[in-house]
Amino acid sequence: MVKQNNTIIKIEHLSKSFAEKVVLDDINLDIRRGEFVTLLGPSGCGKTTLLRMIAGFLQPDSGVIIMEGNDISDVPPHRRPLNTVFQRYALFPHLNVYDNIAFGLKLNKVPADEIEKRVRKALKMVSMTYYEDRDVNSLSGGQQQRVAIARAIVNRPKVLLLDEPLAALDLKMRKDMQMELKEMHNTLGITFIYVTHDQEEALTLSDTVVVMSDGKIQQIGSPIDIYNEPVNSFVADFIGESNILNGRMLKDREVEFIGHTFECVDEGFGEDCAVDVVIRPEDIYIIANAENAKFTGTVKSCIFKGVHYEMFVETDKGYEMMIQDYNAFDVGSTVGMFIKPSDIHVMQKERVCNTFEGKMISDTTVEIMGSQFECLPCGAKEGDDVIVRVDFNKVELLDNKEDGIVMGEIEFILYKGNHYHLTVLTDEGEKVYVDTNDIWDKGDFVGISVSSKDLRITKRV
Amino acid sequence: MKFNIFTRRSSWALPYALFLGFFVALPLILIVIFAFTDNQGVFSLQNFVKFVTQPEAVNTFIYSIGIALVTTFLCILLGYPAAYILSNRNLNRSQTTVMLFILPMWINILVRTLATVALFDFAHIPLGEGALIFGMVYNFLPFMIYPIYNTLQKMDHSLIEAAEDLGAKPSTVFWKVTVPLSMPGITSGIMMVFMPTISTFAIAELLTMNNIKLFGTTIQENINNGMWNYGAALSLIMLVIIGITSLFSDSEEQSQNEGGII
Repeated sequence: MVKQNNTIIKIEHLSKSFAEKVVLDDINLDIRRGEFVTLLGPSGCGKTTLLRMIAGFLQPDSGVIIMEGNDISDVPPHRRPLNTVFQRYALFPHLNVYDNIAFGLKLNKVPADEIEKRVRKALKMVSMTYYEDRDVNSLSGGQQQRVAIARAIVNRPKVLLLDEPLAALDLKMRKDMQMELKEMHNTLGITFIYVTHDQEEALTLSDTVVVMSDGKIQQIGSPIDIYNEPVNSFVADFIGESNILNGRMLKDREVEFIGHTFECVDEGFGEDCAVDVVIRPEDIYIIANAENAKFTGTVKSCIFKGVHYEMFVETDKGYEMMIQDYNAFDVGSTVGMFIKPSDIHVMQKERVCNTFEGKMISDTTVEIMGSQFECLPCGAKEGDDVIVRVDFNKVELLDNKEDGIVMGEIEFILYKGNHYHLTVLTDEGEKVYVDTNDIWDKGDFVGISVSSKDLRITKRV
Repeated sequence: MKFNIFTRRSSWALPYALFLGFFVALPLILIVIFAFTDNQGVFSLQNFVKFVTQPEAVNTFIYSIGIALVTTFLCILLGYPAAYILSNRNLNRSQTTVMLFILPMWINILVRTLATVALFDFAHIPLGEGALIFGMVYNFLPFMIYPIYNTLQKMDHSLIEAAEDLGAKPSTVFWKVTVPLSMPGITSGIMMVFMPTISTFAIAELLTMNNIKLFGTTIQENINNGMWNYGAALSLIMLVIIGITSLFSDSEEQSQNEGGII
């Protein structure tokens, strides 16, 4: 197969844990020759771990990394035909610019006159000609970054790994370097694997974006696919701005959300199925004539953002929507809105309620998440294994973490138009999903409690 | 403000200035004065002439520097691997191990040396040059380990990864990256070991039954016998040597001030 030959790196079932915490969970990824691949995700999602594993600095617990048909999982880093650009540059402070760049070539016993030619060419490529004799400590951050890139590409690696190379630069410099990196990728024709947490950078640079979260790959696709067709609410929230709302697929091509029914282009969800709906803020059109609009609302705030205005509008049914428009509308004014069917993105819901595996301790006590909860008699007897379901909005969060039955930390917050959908990580490492109107911050410690009547218990078979 | 001499912040430094004046500057001035005068207090270079013309004193001086160099060299040879192992996260994670290596620094040098003498007696090993070097290395090794350990521990680990990434095998990484980057620690260690070993006399006295004389011993004997002027001249010569060493290491440390305990 032609496509098979084109794969330069193939990652199969790669997993890694650090002290019980799963950092990478069954990663599978194919990287094509000459591709610009970006691993994108929030900090702690495992993207850097994955890159370090490809470089050889970390050993996987299980799974293999295959490069050009050979398993390189056990090959030490100095024998892998790839080079890395490190986040903090990692230039050798005891060597000058020339010797830093020549380091790899000298180790490979390249003749001196060729080393000189290649170092000069690499310096020219990163626009640092005449800097050979400079002390690396005297260079600015941007210049150090250029030397770090030159030091990697001078060895003509088959794959260049870049670990958040632009994170330490200021905005303007970052934009310039992005363009230069993209150009360099075109000129060199080698494979780039790029790690970043900046979604805009990922969309700008990449041929393929790999969105990661919690050690898992959430979505792989071109920047346009990732932006327009996010597979779940995490990707939709992480990539660009978006309104994420609870919805209901009434039938094919008809979806209900924010209290209105809309025509859409999605099919195959079945009838009356709970879904997540994503609307990009630039896809909501405001029309002055409120009577002809699909729905109406009141402008709550309007901020100038340079090219466009960003407005928050409260709809007639009490949902808050973010809208971007070239025109400003007065705060307090009533406006009409409509959304094109093709701009409504419908996604399967990942879950509709919390589901825990538990065990009955007595007729009115059940153990879930490592703690005992009171429940109503349900027919299950002491010692029975049970499944306990709790609706998102029935979980109570308490300010004082000692007051709850279980303690947890707020890990992820998603605004759903009229309420927040929180992911809370318990001390035992389980995830509890909560719908609430209260405002919490990421990283808050909370007590979790559920009233006895809200535990829906069924026997496990 | 009438009494602003007591309230000004700079006057807080006064006690330290007085201390420095009385216990550092004044003795140094006295050494210089004594060194350049005879016992009548008249200016003279006779002390230095005596040193240069007396082969015994010059020989002791050269021998002392030789012993100091050997001690320093052995301390690097033993101390560097120790510091490397202590600072390597894969080989040692415990702070207690580090403490165990540093602990001897806090025990009085005489106590340690007397214990060494007792140990040699117990094992029926004759005292002498070998015992002297053993005692010196044993006493000064922690002063070499600690600064090197400090620089190695602070070293950016990504530099080692960068070298591996560029194709260096572990031994190349060590010689081309780790060693050059730990030079400030080594320099600092050399200063901590070389300088005090030149002037040591107690260790030499105890571990060689007074058979081998070091330069420190010569100075001490002269001062004890009332030859203040000659003793001062010898001290001055030693100070100049120490001064030269410290100048040399100062210029090296200017760029990367990651030194050790000094």
